[in-house]
Amino acid sequence: MESDNRKKMALIASKGSLDWAYPPYILASTAAAMDMEVWMFFTFYGLTLLLKDLKAKVSPLGNPAMPMKMPFGPKAFQNISWPIPNLVMAGVPGFETVATSLMKQTFKNKGVATIETLRSACLDSGVKLIGCQMTMDVFGFEKEQFVEGTEIGGAAMFLEFASGADIQLFI
Amino acid sequence: MAEHKVDLELDCRGMSCPLPVLKTKKAMDGLSSGQVLKLIATDPGSVNDMNAWTRRTGNPLLGSDKPPGEFVFYIQKK
Repeated sequence: MESDNRKKMALIASKGSLDWAYPPYILASTAAAMDMEVWMFFTFYGLTLLLKDLKAKVSPLGNPAMPMKMPFGPKAFQNISWPIPNLVMAGVPGFETVATSLMKQTFKNKGVATIETLRSACLDSGVKLIGCQMTMDVFGFEKEQFVEGTEIGGAAMFLEFASGADIQLFI
Repeated sequence: MAEHKVDLELDCRGMSCPLPVLKTKKAMDGLSSGQVLKLIATDPGSVNDMNAWTRRTGNPLLGSDKPPGEFVFYIQKK
């Protein structure tokens, strides 16, 4: 398996919210575009980023530094960072759905790829996606729920590759 | 800026990181050795990114241009 001289990147994706879905998929797709061999290991909440039907959302609650901005209207209006009390974030039903659609709209306006696009780029360029068997058992996920091409493994499988990788990241 | 013979033009205007890099890679895969890709981007980060990408992959960056609000790169397939 170690037949080529490509640089290698080993990456653990441990979070499953929309904001945290970006760093692993951006870095993995870009590393592959830079001719690196890339393994992504999805564990705990990161497993949800493997689901065929991605439902990643973002929660402003618990992200105190997250700017709350509007993706429409005049520029001065868009630049306002809205102060939302925790009570509202935690107590208003549907708040996360609204925040998620605002973030998705902002990304779209700024020409940022969707997670689905980045994931497809990873799969097309030979990035290896590995689901953690233990957390699959814990959270009740089946391999069939994950995108085509997903492999299943454990800590030893990741560590063997990571021990020979040039870049190792935990996200 | 010197004129370059261009075999393929790639328009990445309005796209953010990492799309210009991903699309450049894909476009370059379709070229044969010696052919030149002209990439047009608006992402200011693409200047450092395309320098890094060409260094890393060994495809020579023949030159670049800076029309207002845009960044143009001429990349040769190694």
